[in-house]
Amino acid sequence: MLLPAVPTYLSRFIAHLPMAPVSYALSLGLNRIAWRGLQELDWTPMYGRSFAIRILDLGVSAGFRVGPSGFAAAKVTEAAVTFSASAEDFVRLALQLEDPDTLFFNRRLRIEGDTDLGLTAKNLLDGVDFEALTAQMPAPVRMVLNQLRQRLVA
Amino acid sequence: MLDTHPLLELICPAGSLPALKAAVDHGADGVYLGLKDNTNARNFAGLNFDDKSLAEGIRYAEERGCRVLMALNTYPQPDTLKRWHAAVDKAAELGVYAIILADPGLMAYACKTHPELRLHLSVQGSATSYEAIHFYRERFGIQRAVLPRVLSLAQVENVIRNSPVEIELFGFGGLCVMVEGRCLLSSYACGDSPNTFGACSPGHAVRWQQTPQGMETRLNGILIDRYADHEKAGYPTLCKGRFAVQGETYYALEEPTSLNSMEMLPEMLRIGIAAIKIEGRQRSPAYVAQVTQVWRAAIDAVKRNPDAFHIQPDWTTQLTKVSEGSMHTLGAYNRPWK
Repeated sequence: MLLPAVPTYLSRFIAHLPMAPVSYALSLGLNRIAWRGLQELDWTPMYGRSFAIRILDLGVSAGFRVGPSGFAAAKVTEAAVTFSASAEDFVRLALQLEDPDTLFFNRRLRIEGDTDLGLTAKNLLDGVDFEALTAQMPAPVRMVLNQLRQRLVA
Repeated sequence: MLDTHPLLELICPAGSLPALKAAVDHGADGVYLGLKDNTNARNFAGLNFDDKSLAEGIRYAEERGCRVLMALNTYPQPDTLKRWHAAVDKAAELGVYAIILADPGLMAYACKTHPELRLHLSVQGSATSYEAIHFYRERFGIQRAVLPRVLSLAQVENVIRNSPVEIELFGFGGLCVMVEGRCLLSSYACGDSPNTFGACSPGHAVRWQQTPQGMETRLNGILIDRYADHEKAGYPTLCKGRFAVQGETYYALEEPTSLNSMEMLPEMLRIGIAAIKIEGRQRSPAYVAQVTQVWRAAIDAVKRNPDAFHIQPDWTTQLTKVSEGSMHTLGAYNRPWK
């Protein structure tokens, strides 16, 4: 493990937080940081459908919906498809350092629900040009992401 | 040996523009790709190329001396034949290096309409003898054949000695049940055939569910496998499922595993293999980058000095990591029986 392990007391604390604010905060963050670079992708197959991520080691779940103006929080229980993985594996996937199929073979990634919707999301994100995406981000965010990426590659 | 073409070209998969760039940047001699529909055998939601990414991909590859091959390797049906014809026309118009075909009707269309277009026989064409390859060459002028993964290397050598057609072999990636182009297993489960729908297990038919007994994989409602927490998983295809046969539950058809023929590279060079194909258009740019880099290094090493070729331990580590079932095999290439 290259990222520090999440302390048990912290994960227990987070697990007891209500999940709606987590979904809200994550979708807000994604819109602020990444939507400018992501909006050119063809999200139309995902309109009206919601998906969830379960961060297994943090005990956190978050639900999203995508529309023409970006991400919005959605109820985890109503998600059409749910991705489950550790925090580090989600970070590695988001930074395009890890192949989702490899994680799946090694039982580090689960996809439950509507598989076609899950594949659509996976393939959409695989189609993102990471450098072009980060070029559109605020400079401090870009710097942090690039440093994190270098650290995880090493 | 009849061939004067370069040997052991590295042909890598691209399911997206970033994957194509990863292949080009890490040393592929050629990339193969498909369009966003059932004209190719990796017809998955959100995967593959539209007009814009295709034009950009061809430009990116060609500027860096890398060839682009387009897979049109499914079998057209009468009511949608125009889609396949339009795809062939597009490939010709964009000037791809070659198109990879399985259907003889489509080959007839391609060689009649675009005589300058280079045709490769897809693995889905299932030609295993030089007589079969000769037929495709004589009738449609195919210049390269991708052999199904059923022949031993000695049998491959026999094909090469008796045919002027370039031979491409699979080097690495997911293995199938070895009746390429003729497999109807998934049609049995979900009514869609890989040869017409373009996927062995269409996403709409696949469901994974975590249960107290383990993770269950279902194909159109049929339970095809259940993994305990520690077990490696494979693709959700019927051929790689575990089934109860006479009181025993096991991989009755095929175990999830990847082909890795790297240790046979010196022999492949000697017998005159034109190109090595890496499987995995459904995989991410991260996979393409890793596998291309490793195979580029291996092919360069074997070409420098075939007698001194040995596999670096970190090559094997990297390939094992990304393998289905996290293990690999030489498949049929190395077997004493015929």
